[in-house]
Amino acid sequence: MSVGKPLAHDSGPLHVTGAARYVDDIPVPAGTLHVAFGLSHEARGTIAAMDLSEVRSTPGVVAVLTANDLDRPVDVSPSAHDEPLLSTGEVHYHGQPIFLVIATSHRIARAAARRARVEITPRPAVLTIDDALEAGTYFEGGPVVWTRGDIKSALEAAPRIVEGQIEIGGQEHFYLEGQVALALPQDDGGMAIAASTQHPTEIQHKVADALGLPMSAVRVETRRMGGGFGGKESQGNALAVAAAIAAARTGRPCKMRYDRDDDMVITGKRHDFRIRYRAGVDEDGKLIGVEFEQFVRAGWSLDLTPPVADRAMLHADNAYFIPNMRIVSLRLRTNTASATAFRGFGGPQGVLGIERVMDHIAHELGMDPLKLRLANLYAKSGKDETHYGQPVKGFELADIIGSLAESSDYHKRRAAVAAFNAENDVLKKGIALTPVKFGISFTLTHLNQAGALVHVYQDGSIHLNHGGTEMGQGLNQKVAQVAAEGFGVGLGRVRITATDTGKVPNTSATAASSGSDLNGMAVKAACDEIRGRMVRFLAETHGLKPKSILFKDGKVHLGNQRLRFVEAVQECYMGRVSLSATGFYKTPEITWDRVAGKGHPFYYFANGAAVTEVVIDRLTGEYRILRADILHDVGTSLNPAIDIGQIEGGYVQGAGWLTTEELVWDDKGRLRTHAPSTYKIPACSDRPAQFHVALWGRKNHVPTIYRSKAVGEPPLMLGISAFLALSDAVAACGEVYPALDAPATPERVMMAAKRVAG
Amino acid sequence: MTAPVTLSLAVNGAVHEVTVPPRKLLSDVLREDLGLTGTHVGCEHGVCGACTILIDGQPARACLTFAVQMEGHDLTTIEAVSEGDRLSPLQQALHQVHGLQCGFCTPGIIMTVTAYLRDHPDPDEVEIRDLLSGNLCRCTGYQNIVKAVIRAAAEIRARAPA
Repeated sequence: MSVGKPLAHDSGPLHVTGAARYVDDIPVPAGTLHVAFGLSHEARGTIAAMDLSEVRSTPGVVAVLTANDLDRPVDVSPSAHDEPLLSTGEVHYHGQPIFLVIATSHRIARAAARRARVEITPRPAVLTIDDALEAGTYFEGGPVVWTRGDIKSALEAAPRIVEGQIEIGGQEHFYLEGQVALALPQDDGGMAIAASTQHPTEIQHKVADALGLPMSAVRVETRRMGGGFGGKESQGNALAVAAAIAAARTGRPCKMRYDRDDDMVITGKRHDFRIRYRAGVDEDGKLIGVEFEQFVRAGWSLDLTPPVADRAMLHADNAYFIPNMRIVSLRLRTNTASATAFRGFGGPQGVLGIERVMDHIAHELGMDPLKLRLANLYAKSGKDETHYGQPVKGFELADIIGSLAESSDYHKRRAAVAAFNAENDVLKKGIALTPVKFGISFTLTHLNQAGALVHVYQDGSIHLNHGGTEMGQGLNQKVAQVAAEGFGVGLGRVRITATDTGKVPNTSATAASSGSDLNGMAVKAACDEIRGRMVRFLAETHGLKPKSILFKDGKVHLGNQRLRFVEAVQECYMGRVSLSATGFYKTPEITWDRVAGKGHPFYYFANGAAVTEVVIDRLTGEYRILRADILHDVGTSLNPAIDIGQIEGGYVQGAGWLTTEELVWDDKGRLRTHAPSTYKIPACSDRPAQFHVALWGRKNHVPTIYRSKAVGEPPLMLGISAFLALSDAVAACGEVYPALDAPATPERVMMAAKRVAG
Repeated sequence: MTAPVTLSLAVNGAVHEVTVPPRKLLSDVLREDLGLTGTHVGCEHGVCGACTILIDGQPARACLTFAVQMEGHDLTTIEAVSEGDRLSPLQQALHQVHGLQCGFCTPGIIMTVTAYLRDHPDPDEVEIRDLLSGNLCRCTGYQNIVKAVIRAAAEIRARAPA
């Protein structure tokens, strides 16, 4: 058995020796050129004049291209065709690419790009949510509204109304490896691309369009990424397309990578939100109805905003049954980098919205927040349908929360926190337990498909390929475990190979936590196909029933006879059995009408819960996470070590989003936090002093790959407990509800503590 | 532009002669001129720690160092940490204890910690957290990296002659 084992990441030995190759490490042919963008220095305006003579005359510069120099309009958006590679005259954000430089080195290209003289006639920029509301710059023609029940009557009848608003900042992905792509022109006019991307098929598609080629003439390979987190779902398009155009022009290999500052300025981030809420509850804290307004700052182009904003609406309930609901979602166009996918994909903002409501209600009613949450959880008997009409099945949260409250000693510690706060004037502690229910499946239903290609060679070695990409999450390891299991052999026989559009076509992005669910199943289908052919052949030649042939422990059991796997393979080869197969999988049961906001968009839900305890200094705002306890549901784990790693990393990234990671734009629309010197992701010293993570071991109620559950995104939302623990600590400074905004930086915590104290 | 200069660099026990622009960063020279791509460039301004190497045995940021400054110094990169095919205890532990995911920060972490463990064979957890605070990891949440350092330190102590 290899499935279910805590095996280490397949690339581990390469990573610890520095031998693992990322795109920028691939040895390139002599004469490879490098590409850099020249960027807009205004947030909005019209290009009045462009003098690129000094750029062109820089020694080492081979060519400089503007939009007018391209053979055809070139778009790099994922779907809306609203992102020209280079500005076509209008400038929509500070940092927008205006021209590209092709030079003999990366540094020369970048330095030359800065010698341009570009005159832009500025126009008033729409930068903030308030600016966009005032200017009325909406995507999708206005608000998207979903309703359930009769919210008006529900709120009128509610004994208590709790209302407020939370500002939720965005988040920079800060994948350690920046965006990068390498284009190698082929002898037949085709193009081969190596890219750090979660979506090789989209790169293939965009490069083909840009070059006027069919997709069959473009091949994209992705061996691995140095982190993705959603930031390499669509944001790598521009680099691959620019490198491909440069390569087609010059006939030489061309590489493009952003340095960190350019990467942070040019590429999109998590959407920042403002969520306004009005909730009606009874005196026992039971929700009667909730009304949400979600203001979404989308940036200058559509990118993936519609599905991100939809997912925020789909997660506005989190784990709670809300009989009457109205959600208004406004997708606002602003002159900032176009916000994009980021682990959770809108879900985290939606979940934070309702968790904030729960926290606020508990404060107003003077109730224990956990008791309030438990009273409103989804449950059987009429309380098991979401606001979009999907039944909540296999819902484990009541049990998970109960178990976590006990293992983390929640109630005793809550009392201890209260006692500590009563005795200390400057330091205040806070504790919070929050659950997560996260819907698994792409909401764009057709994306829920995957393919795989498996070869068994004559020597018994297995070549494995699938449509998913490896960004550190251990997808290749998990999928290899599935393949080894399929043939009953050790992992040593399975060779994991780079994702390649020439091997598996029409793949979806490795996103929506779906990597192992979809690709694991596709690989299993391919292995099952080959094994089936082998079984049929061996049954016939050995005069056995197919049922009596087993693949186990590296052997093929033929009744009483045992063949080594390689011997069985050789018999099949000699008997002219095809030992190569594709596998395909599509998620069953899902349907979704996004306009109506009704349907069954998710195959299942992943669940989890976290308790975080913090301490703050109310005079300085400084704080520490003292302890975090997590119990998370991954179904029957394919690899518990990898899953725990995802949970720990997800929690810390989620806590970072809501605490130290602050994006600051100035009044000219310039991102001022464009490097890790000013944008603070959690460091080792920020992680919880005590950190206990455990897996909830029940199998998935639907037949996913070995009954496992997706794990990529859901744990990020466990970090919300850190934010609400800070809120709890601030609440201990006075009587008023803290109404903390996110990220709760030390400055915000200090100001909130002052406000609360009156 | 200033004319390229020729210099000799002692890297991983071998001396290399390179001709490079005087403002070329050590990280770029290691990666581009010497093909030592295990030294990763993450932020290019000395904060993320991915490019950490050893200069005369001390951890330093290759992205904040000019190659021309390095004549007469002894440089060690990730490529020279294993003993032949044998992983060092720290390399082994990071792999086995799942102290890596995407792996991009891993070489820098190994260089930082290798130098520290040489002089401080028995660090406690607080010390390790402090030690690693200059090496950013976006994937793991650091938990398993700390565990790996603890395990490696124990292994190194066990191997040391009494």
